[in-house]
Amino acid sequence: MRHDHVLTARQLSREDVEEVLDRAAEIAADPDAVSDRHAGALLATCFFEPSTRTKMSFEAAIKRLGGDVVDMGSVESSSVKKGESLADTMRVIEGYADAIVLRHPKQGAAKMASEFVDVPLLNAGDGAGHHPTQTLLDLFTIREAQGLDDLTIGIMGDLKYGRTVHSLAHALTTFDARQHFISPESLQLPRGVRYDLHEAGAQVREHTELEEVLPSLDVLYVTRIQRERFPDENEYRKVAGEYRIDSETLEAADDDLAVLHPLPRVDEIAPEIDDTEHAQYFQQAHNGVPVRMALLDLLLDGAAVGAIGGDAR
Amino acid sequence: MSERELRISKIENGTVIDHVPGGEALNVLAVLGIDGTGGETVSIGMNVESDALGRKDVVKVEDRELSQDEVDVLSLIAPEATINIIREFDVVEKKRLDRPESVSGVLACPNHDCITSGDEPVETKFEVLDSGVRCVYCETIIREDITDHIVR
Ligand SMILES: [Zn+2]
Repeated sequence: MRHDHVLTARQLSREDVEEVLDRAAEIAADPDAVSDRHAGALLATCFFEPSTRTKMSFEAAIKRLGGDVVDMGSVESSSVKKGESLADTMRVIEGYADAIVLRHPKQGAAKMASEFVDVPLLNAGDGAGHHPTQTLLDLFTIREAQGLDDLTIGIMGDLKYGRTVHSLAHALTTFDARQHFISPESLQLPRGVRYDLHEAGAQVREHTELEEVLPSLDVLYVTRIQRERFPDENEYRKVAGEYRIDSETLEAADDDLAVLHPLPRVDEIAPEIDDTEHAQYFQQAHNGVPVRMALLDLLLDGAAVGAIGGDAR
Repeated sequence: MSERELRISKIENGTVIDHVPGGEALNVLAVLGIDGTGGETVSIGMNVESDALGRKDVVKVEDRELSQDEVDVLSLIAPEATINIIREFDVVEKKRLDRPESVSGVLACPNHDCITSGDEPVETKFEVLDSGVRCVYCETIIREDITDHIVR
């Protein structure tokens, strides 16, 4: 990785992704080997909108590397409440920490914030924009389960507002992946994402029915259809029910099909799937720690990143 | 001197932007950041008859020579325009319109959830696509009616 900041999945080349995933695999195999690697390093967590798990997994990651966390706390208790700009907040916090993790409700927040700081900035979600570290752990999970070459993946659910979907779709364009998007018509991919996929020459098809493609899939990536997107509860019920998978749905699937979900789920995956070989979503959530450890390790090493990445391979 | 030429008199020094699509002259001024408060002397001909365009606008800005950056931005709304730099009543340079790679501070992002729509100390910035422009912060694409988004 030659990046100072991790802002979007689009920014990551295939080599970048593979470097992080390879490092994550090493760390997952032998976490003790890196337990002091970043002793004394401080990570600032700035969550302008709550996300307990993403925050906890970053905290776990830096602590497992020997570092520690300084936390901005809730927005209610910070100067943001007094009207301070994000740019100012970031300029102050950069003086406290060696790297910053930012979650913000506005799209493009991480990109803007990165223009004001010199320490590495990691985008942990900017509105409906990007969530690249989620994408890296998704890719890590897919690679462990099925490999990233000659991959047929179905991405189902809320494709319009799901930033994890947008980031994943971007990232998959650098691999040999056939992407099938399955959603209600009202929740299809937004224009900007379609544009990028088209520009990248991605193999993309869109569907409204899962049955059309299920048997051909290696991976099914399920996302939550958010109730609050629907003005009418009945409309939501009608749509959500059609994109729910249970063991009956999966009878038509390949035995090796890996089912992923960025979590939390509501009822789009029946609990009966949890104990099957298909279920990869809890492993996927756990993979957040080694992947974020790998990312922090590479970023905190700064200029030495290339050498360490090279040695590691 | 014909009546048509009389409508907009020759200028001694400055820039003449000709062959602007009819009705776009005010947008041209907006792109150039000219709102009258800067003291420039500006003459505008709107919907003047033109052999090539049917109706065209002409904008003359005295004592100001447009930079290539400004000229590039004009290409977004007036791709056929011609830019003549005038010194002592003579055309000393004709600038070409090239689509720029990006434009800053000229367009407002239509996405209300974009970080540039708040009170942050940043200029808007748009990447110029083959058709349309795209916010470099939130990645929203504007294809139609780009002039509706000009910062005024
Ligand atoms: Zn924007």
